[in-house]
Amino acid sequence: MTLRNRWRKILSYMMLSLTGVCAVVAVATLFLILGYLVYNGWRSIDWNFFTQLSKPAGEAGGGMKNAIVGSFQIILLATAIGLPVGFLAGVYLAEFGGKTFAFLVRYMADLLNGVPSIVIGIFAYAVVVVPMHGNSAWAGGLALSLILIPITARSTEQFMTSVPQTLREGALALGASKWKTIATVVVPAAYRGIATGMILGVARIAGETAPLLFTSGNSDNMNGLNQPTASLPVMIFYRALSPYDDWHRQAWAAGMVLLLLVLFANIAARLILSRGIAVQK
Amino acid sequence: MNDITMGTANLPSASHAAGKPAPHSGKLKAVNLNFYYGAYQALHGITLEVPANRITALIGPSGCGKSTFLRTLNRISETIGNTRVEGQVLLDDEDVLSVDVTTLRRRVGMVFQKSNPFPKSIFDNVAYGLKVNGFRGSLKDAVEHSLKRAALWEEVKDKLHKSAYAISGGQQQRLCIARALAVDPEVLLLDEPCSALDPIATAKIEDLLFTLKDQCTIVIVTHNMQQAARVADRTGFFLLGKLIEYNTTEVIFKNPTKQETEDYITGRFG
Amino acid sequence: MATSSPVSAPPPRGARVWFGRLRNGDEVARLVTLAFACTILVVTVGLIFQLWATSALPRHKFGFGFLTSSQWNPVTGEFGALPFIYGTVVTSVLALLIAVPLGVGAAIFLAELAPPRISSTFTFFIELLAAVPSVIYGLLAFFALVPIMRDYVEPFLKRTLGFLGIFSGTIFGLGYLTAGVILAIMTLPFIISISREALLEVPTEQREAALALGATRWESTWQAVVPYARLGIFGSVFLGLARALGETMAVTMVIGNDPKVHESLFALGYSIAAIVANEFSEATTDLHVQSLVLLGLVLFLLTIVINALARLLIIATARRGSS
Repeated sequence: MTLRNRWRKILSYMMLSLTGVCAVVAVATLFLILGYLVYNGWRSIDWNFFTQLSKPAGEAGGGMKNAIVGSFQIILLATAIGLPVGFLAGVYLAEFGGKTFAFLVRYMADLLNGVPSIVIGIFAYAVVVVPMHGNSAWAGGLALSLILIPITARSTEQFMTSVPQTLREGALALGASKWKTIATVVVPAAYRGIATGMILGVARIAGETAPLLFTSGNSDNMNGLNQPTASLPVMIFYRALSPYDDWHRQAWAAGMVLLLLVLFANIAARLILSRGIAVQK
Repeated sequence: MNDITMGTANLPSASHAAGKPAPHSGKLKAVNLNFYYGAYQALHGITLEVPANRITALIGPSGCGKSTFLRTLNRISETIGNTRVEGQVLLDDEDVLSVDVTTLRRRVGMVFQKSNPFPKSIFDNVAYGLKVNGFRGSLKDAVEHSLKRAALWEEVKDKLHKSAYAISGGQQQRLCIARALAVDPEVLLLDEPCSALDPIATAKIEDLLFTLKDQCTIVIVTHNMQQAARVADRTGFFLLGKLIEYNTTEVIFKNPTKQETEDYITGRFG
Repeated sequence: MATSSPVSAPPPRGARVWFGRLRNGDEVARLVTLAFACTILVVTVGLIFQLWATSALPRHKFGFGFLTSSQWNPVTGEFGALPFIYGTVVTSVLALLIAVPLGVGAAIFLAELAPPRISSTFTFFIELLAAVPSVIYGLLAFFALVPIMRDYVEPFLKRTLGFLGIFSGTIFGLGYLTAGVILAIMTLPFIISISREALLEVPTEQREAALALGATRWESTWQAVVPYARLGIFGSVFLGLARALGETMAVTMVIGNDPKVHESLFALGYSIAAIVANEFSEATTDLHVQSLVLLGLVLFLLTIVINALARLLIIATARRGSS
């Protein structure tokens, strides 16, 4: 073998191994992140975390009960608005859309999907916080719903479009009207994908912080929905940057809880999608 | 025969039906039918009468328009955008365009080329048409009756609640026939129903058609000439969107009047 | 034969009742879903309008000078976007410089070399990286990455490459470089995921043609397969860029919050998203608030353009693949 050929072979082996290293590094990062968080969070978590309200600066102890409840409230508001709107918009795009209008809606949905969440927060601030003269769970919920709507719409559309046309024709040929066909055949056929899209969307907004900073704000209490409301991500942000060790520990604990929830939802959703083949091709 | 009652397991065989005379006027008629996909004309001036309680076959090479024609009969062609119909299709002398389309489709059922059972149980598949049309009687009895008419009952009676995808391809197609029959259509349209099936499954479906024609008018599109020769009373030959010849099956296959028909039958093309 | 009435009455068939009013149902369904689809349009238009309207003061006062001024002084009412645009761009470019080679390399491995089981398992984990919330990345960056940068990486770079302006100056641990690193980790899964799909689309014939001519495995991959997929890979880069530009929390926590332009990558800086996150709730004067909104508008426009480019490239790949 010539020297040059030998060099080419060595280079090939080296470069390909290098790509393997890149892949391993990428995967390892996930486990490093998870490991580091669990290690630090686990040491800091106790019952107080779930049962106590957060204490103001200077006071020791306390937990994150208000943040947990607040996150729950805000996410509930966001999904109550975002999921139905996104779902029905997706149904429109998949089943009724005319050419131009549907294209426009799709384009805008993709546009919204790409908008940094902090800009969405600015919009929610102008639309809810200013008229209400203050932060509220409503504002935070609306901000998050604006992120949820385009994701849900596009994923619903994607899964409904993948239902074969012949299934629709089978139902129509039996005398079913279009809306009945959609409701009783197409949506059930696509429900796994639609549900997965929804779960992933909710998991995504559960971790969003930026839009909440000036819409739902923060609080050490559990107030009504019209008042500033604490949330896990916002708490993590403020506590991590504080000068108190005690608060750092709480940030780790909260971070671990948040990450585990989000990863769990993601894994569950992907498993649902891969397990089920709703429609035979 | 028209009521859904507890039918017996034995259905009248084909030989009984052979002696009945065809009624005077066609059950389903096309009058000078033109069909357009956008600017492209797919059907040119189709005129034919489908006799009641008979099997009518439509044959021709790929792309000749026979499936397109079939799909105008129950207006399922409308589900694709940008289509236009000129001329008339008459069901019992009533223009199908003036009839409510969902009622039309209950009266004129369809079975598709590749079986398309819903991702539901066998029971729910057959019951679907009944539920959607507001059936008030016993679903269980109606489903059983349909499955018996489709000669599938014995094979699935203990797995009615299993998924429709758990049975074989041939059985799925008979399930689709049972599903179509459940709403008691006056006409049954079949679009190359056996093209994806093996010879045994095909034979079962052909036998089925003989037993059904007493209660139903059948129009079947097939690319398999031998199938048309086996099952059909009348046959129409389509070519390039035109109806070249339409007559009793015997005449078409033994004594065609048009050269194109003879060329197709003898295998010179298609 | 008697003709039935022109109205659609089917002959009575046993004891069954048919619903006939389904046509209206279809119209209702169409209108309802249309209304909800409209909300997407309304929100988008509303968003653009709101950003424009609520940034009127600084737009009129500063005009395009807003983009070039380095002053950010809430007390005197002088606001300029340059340090933030600079910080946003620098950290994003840094992120791409790190993430693209790493990501494309990993994508090549996953698409070309790895057996299917490993490829899908690895991809599954890598895609989970994309689901980690930004604030968690920030948490990790602040407590774990900053010390590493401060005590090992940055001193090393200063020792070896300190003659370059970008690697000179005081080391804080926070700053552009650290923000760039954490952004790189956040952008990585997107680049890998999309590049991998682009590479998988390359027809086997391309690979085989190169190998048949005597190329090594690497040569066929790098010279035949990757160029074929380059549109999709560029698309992934633009998409990564768009995400990096808009990333808020992780950057806010490690960039150092210094509203000035600095040459050194070790220096503290600021990004658009970071200053909005930090100052928006505290801003008192209208001009201050509206300047922040104007920054948001700038960011919005930036990400729209990059996203549009990304999508065009990805569509172009898909179309090319089917031709």
